[in-house]
Formats: sequence, C-alpha cells, structure tokens
Amino acid sequence: MEPVVQYKEVQKSFGDTHVLKGINLDIMPSEKIAIIGPSGSGKTTIIRLLMTLAEPTGGDILVDGKNLWKMEVNGKTKTANEKHLGAVRDDIGMVFQHFNLFPHKTILENCTLPLTSVQKMDKTEAEALAKQMLDRVGLGDKFEAYPANLSGGQKQRVAMARALVMKPKIMLFDEVTSALDPELVGEVLEVIRDLAAHEDMAMVLVTHEMEFALEIADRVLFLDEGVIAESGPADDVINKSENPRLQEFLKRFRSNGQS
Amino acid sequence: MWSWETFIDAFPFVIEGINITLGLTVTSYLLALAAGFIWLVLESTPSRIINFFFHWIREFIRSTPPLVQIFFLYFAWPEVPYVGMTFTPFIAAMLALGIHFSTYISEVYRSGIESVDQGQWEASKALNLSTKDTWMRIVLPQALPPTIPMLGNYLIILFKEVPLAATIGVVGILSLARTYGSNTWAYLEPITIVAILFLLLSYPSALLIRWLEKKMNNRFEKKETKVKVSK
Repeated sequence: MEPVVQYKEVQKSFGDTHVLKGINLDIMPSEKIAIIGPSGSGKTTIIRLLMTLAEPTGGDILVDGKNLWKMEVNGKTKTANEKHLGAVRDDIGMVFQHFNLFPHKTILENCTLPLTSVQKMDKTEAEALAKQMLDRVGLGDKFEAYPANLSGGQKQRVAMARALVMKPKIMLFDEVTSALDPELVGEVLEVIRDLAAHEDMAMVLVTHEMEFALEIADRVLFLDEGVIAESGPADDVINKSENPRLQEFLKRFRSNGQS
Repeated sequence: MWSWETFIDAFPFVIEGINITLGLTVTSYLLALAAGFIWLVLESTPSRIINFFFHWIREFIRSTPPLVQIFFLYFAWPEVPYVGMTFTPFIAAMLALGIHFSTYISEVYRSGIESVDQGQWEASKALNLSTKDTWMRIVLPQALPPTIPMLGNYLIILFKEVPLAATIGVVGILSLARTYGSNTWAYLEPITIVAILFLLLSYPSALLIRWLEKKMNNRFEKKETKVKVSK
C-alpha cells in the first residue's frame, strides 16, 4: 500500500530557530498516529506544514505522491501557488486547539459553508449533510445556536463536524483538548474515539493525552528537538522505550498530571 | 443687536445652501470610504517598496491640513505638468476632503481587519475557502461592524470640515450666510443660523453613533440571550 503522506527530510526554521531538523515520516491510509513531545519540539509545526498554514524551509511533503509545496512549470520546479495548494488541501482537514469557529455564523452555517462555498453543493443537500455530521458529534439539537452559546467541548465537537463534512483523507488534530476545562475533555475524546474506530481516514493527533494516545493510536511518534526520536506502536513507545529523553518527558509528564 | 426679523429673513436664504453642504458631505464621504480600501490594497502588495511608497504618500496627505489640500487642488493643480487640470470648486473640495479623510478611514479598516483573530484565517485556509470567500464571508463580516461607530465619527468630523469649501467658492450654507451679511451688514443672525444648522445635524448623529457603539459592543452577548444553552 502506498503512503498517503510522505515527509522527506522536512525542515522548518523561524529566523534562526530550527524547529524541524529533518523529518522523515510516511503516513499510511487510515493510519492513526499520535505525536507526543515536550512543548517547543515542533509537534504542531509538523501538521501545520501539511495543512499549508506554514511553508517548509527544506525537504518535500508528498500527498498521494504529489509534491505539496512544489510544482513543475515548464520543466522547472517552483514554489507551489494557491491553486496547486488548494487542490491538495481538499483532502486534508484540521481541528484546532482554539476551535476557530466562525462566531458570526450559526453552528449549521459553520458546517455548510465549506460545502456550499468550496464544493458548490446546493444548500439543501449541504444542510442535510451538515446536520448528519452534527448529529454524529451529538449536537443535533443546536443547529441555530451561535458558537458563543456553546461550551468549549461543544465548540470543539462542532469544529470536528465542520472538518468532517469535507470528507478528508487525512484529519489533523492540533492539541484539541488543551484549551478545554478538564470536565469537558471526555466528550471530545469520545468523538475522536468514534472516528478512529469507524472512519477510514488517516488521523494525526498532536496530543498530551498519553492514555488516549495509547488507546487509539496505531503508532506514536516522540518528537524531540526537531527530530522524530522514537517511533513505533503506542505501547512500545510509551511503556517500553529506553530513550532517556522520552523517559524524562514521560516522568515529568506523569508527575505534573496534565500539562 | 440681535433681530428676529433679520433671523426670519435670513433663514430661507441661508438654507438654500443645505443641499450643497450635505451633497458635498455625502459625496466626499463616499469617496473616502472607497479610497480607504484602495489605500489598504496599495499598502499590502507583495512589494515592500510599493507598500512603503504609498504608506509615505498617505502619511503626507494625513499630515497636511485639508484647507491646504483644497487650495492645492483648486489653485495649484491646473499648473501641474501633464496631469494638471481645472476642477470646479465643488469637485476640488470633494476630492480634497474625500482623499484627506480616506487616509483616516483606511486606518479604521485596518484596525477592524487586525481585530479578526488569526485563527479565522487559518480555519478558512484549512477548509480551503477561496481568498475571495475568506474576505467576503469570514473576515469582513467580522471586521466591519465594530468599525461602524468610528466611521460614523469621521462622517461627523468631515461634515464639520465641509465649510472649508466656502473658501474656494462652493456655495453652501456658510457662503450664503456671508453673502447675506455683505449685502445687509447683518452677520450675527445668518452665521448663527449656520451654527444652529450644524448643531441640529451633528448632535443627533452623534447620539446615533453612541447608540450603535453600544450595540456593537454587545453584539455577541445579544445572541446569547436569544438561544438557551442546554447541556
């Protein structure tokens, strides 16, 4: 089976700070990956590059074998333009730490907007699909509410429905529970658990929820100082690895509880 | 000495000019609203040199008095090589006030756009919305409502600058008051009438803006009361 995403020696610097120092990673279709690591290790940057929210400063990212950030024009390789990026973006969905719902639109409109605007679907069809997704995340009774009326957990569930309506091949989750009150974390994880069990898409979760990563991820990556320091089945990485940096990270993590 | 007779006599004469005064206010304001956007575009091109160039021009216009600009366009512009042309007093005043105020209004737009959270842009990108849809359906609907009170304030300030046009012969209420005065040697009543007319128009507008401001500050709370939150 061909990987759906390939990172090849991907680097990212912000000024003099080298956040990613050569990432090599294959993501298989329907694979569930969790990325863990200390803050500042570049976890979020990895998925932001794939979502095209930031441009890599070196290396290549291939999506379905197609180079995401580079394109060929008359035999020459150039930086990808908006059109090229847009064609790949349709296959990728992302859920953000701070939800980023559109506050001036109702829950339903938040979910129909990408369908009517990007896929040019007609309104009735888009609403039917959006309602189906909102039902799935347990918000079937809130179509007319505005984001300001919802709890953090509800907002994050809407954000997931909004990303799901586009039927992406890859879903990215950027610390989706970090901004939530502890008692609201469960309902969001419940939805992700359901997706992981029933959806074919690949999922990449940047997370601090170790137990959860252990439970749903096929593979866990430990990112440290800009490189993937450990990679393997969740249980091997979290419970059996002898990497001292990882040991240190897990120890600190467990003694602090949630960070 | 104040004379009600003169007041009553002067009133219909002075009020003749209200159409010109209001017309100049509205046209130069519309010009300012449109040109304010143009500055934004000119100052956010991919080229830093172009951006800096237009930023400096806008700074220059903003830092010179509107009266100087009115004089420049009316008296000096016809002498400028190649692009120079003669404007009627009304057009010269409209261009000068419109462009002068566009430099402030551009700043208002900018603050509105900057007030939109970066996450809104990122979410739009993640959903693959086009640049046009991102601006028209996500950013501007959030950026513009909070600027309405500020835009309204500039309308009132602009309105009060419109009498400057009298200096190049635009026949608004102030010009007519002066004409009335020079014909009859009575200045007190006609110029008082002008002041009263300005007060009558700007004060209610100021109240309206204050009301809008309150409404805008509460706009997300309003929605909160409409829909009950249940868990």
